Amino acid sequence: MADLHRFANPTRFLKLAGLIQPWALAVFLISATVGLYMAFFTAPADYQQGESARIMYVHVPASWMSMFCYTVMAVASAVSLIWKHPLADVSARATAPIGAAFTFLALATGSLWGKPMWGTWWVWDARLTSVLVLLFLHIGYMALQGAFDDRVRAAKASAILALVGFVNVPIIKFSVDWWNTLHQPASVVKMSGSSIHPSMLWPLLIMAIAFKAYYVWVLLVRMRQELVANKVRILRLKQVHGG
Amino acid sequence: MGEFLEMGGYAAFVWPAYGLSFGLLALLAWLSLKGLKDTQKMFDRLSADAEIDERKSDK
Amino acid sequence: MKQFAFLVRRDLSLAFRQGMDSMMVVVFFVIAVVLFPLGVGPEPSTLARISSGVIWVAALLSAMLSLERLFQTDYEDGSLELLALSSLPLEVTVLAKVTAHWITTGLPLIVAAPVLAVLMQMESEGFLILIVALLLGTPSLSLIGAVGAALILGSRRGGVLLSLLVLPLYIPVLIFGVSAVDGAIGGYEFKAQLLILGGFFIGSLALTPWAGAAGLRQALE
Repeated sequence: MADLHRFANPTRFLKLAGLIQPWALAVFLISATVGLYMAFFTAPADYQQGESARIMYVHVPASWMSMFCYTVMAVASAVSLIWKHPLADVSARATAPIGAAFTFLALATGSLWGKPMWGTWWVWDARLTSVLVLLFLHIGYMALQGAFDDRVRAAKASAILALVGFVNVPIIKFSVDWWNTLHQPASVVKMSGSSIHPSMLWPLLIMAIAFKAYYVWVLLVRMRQELVANKVRILRLKQVHGG
Repeated sequence: MGEFLEMGGYAAFVWPAYGLSFGLLALLAWLSLKGLKDTQKMFDRLSADAEIDERKSDK
Repeated sequence: MKQFAFLVRRDLSLAFRQGMDSMMVVVFFVIAVVLFPLGVGPEPSTLARISSGVIWVAALLSAMLSLERLFQTDYEDGSLELLALSSLPLEVTVLAKVTAHWITTGLPLIVAAPVLAVLMQMESEGFLILIVALLLGTPSLSLIGAVGAALILGSRRGGVLLSLLVLPLYIPVLIFGVSAVDGAIGGYEFKAQLLILGGFFIGSLALTPWAGAAGLRQALE
């Protein structure tokens, strides 16, 4: 019981969340509108890839978010393990589905971009492959979170998993890069254009801001849901034991 | 307008990419909001029940 | 050290008493590999081309097969709690369990691997390196798997969940294991891959007992 009470009544968080949420939503709506406008009207079509390069403005920010969300999960897990801050676990748990969604989008939009560019829906390119593994890591984390009846155990087990996974991400990335240079698919167009023109960089950054704001907004909604669910759990326990 | 929608022949790839992205994000946002509302409702119901129980036991 | 050896011997004798159980992992390994010629056809050059990859993937799956029970029985009958209370650090306990696991699954896999390499028409240049790579790689599999096995204790749907957690983490071992063997067969560089596999082993030897013990502690709370 004592453990469950740790979660009870984080009033200050709820107050703060109520303050931030409308701003996050506003930032998302404005920057998504501006970002989409720039992506379709001010950004030039790529001289090699034509209009299909416009997929970049969702694809690249989504892949940034996939890594960002996993990092947030790992940091929050470390905080939850070391300082046992109750909100840390709640935020890690709430981040996972958002991260999984962005990772899936990075793969799906990459695939839609790859079809006209590489002539195939999927290429075992180093980046695509590591993002695919990242999706597996997100799914594994969510599965472990959902596999326990006891919330405290779920929190600790998945926090350890998130940290182990996070340590492994660079190793997996390194291995996949190595593997890919051995089996370089011939048709891959090198995407690493080192000098990206500002007219393409700006919409990219603004879309990234839009996704970040979206993340904050959904994260707060999900965290509030988790906190209410904790209160429901305490009430149920009371009814079983005291009622 | 038609030319814009055609996306230089890449319409079949560009529009699904954007549609899927914003569609999935909207779905996730909707599911999260719905989850919050449902849980809140459940909490309200349970705490109302708890109050009734308490009143009963007072009598 | 004495206690460590005692724990390893205890797990080994338990495994041998069950006898068939540790045999089953090897049988699974053999059957899984044998399915491939039946699936892709008996053409020798095709088989030779995929032999190292198939053997490594099958080894990964087999090593995972017996992981679920690594801590499960001790967790259920309460002896894990006794182990946690004993003077031996839990990290060392994890290491002892992993050692026993490797001896009962990793080692038999390595013994069976050359036979399977013959069945898969692998070029004979690859045999030695396959064994060396498996020797360096399979301990990492047991070590990483132990963390997953500790985390799923007491959860619903343990086995499937375990594979979901552990297999993505096995990818680096798979990549460098296969690459070393293919390098030896193709006549190019393979020492670097073996060194990296060894590096993974040392790295996981240093880190995973710690994570595994943390996993056990939270399971016992």
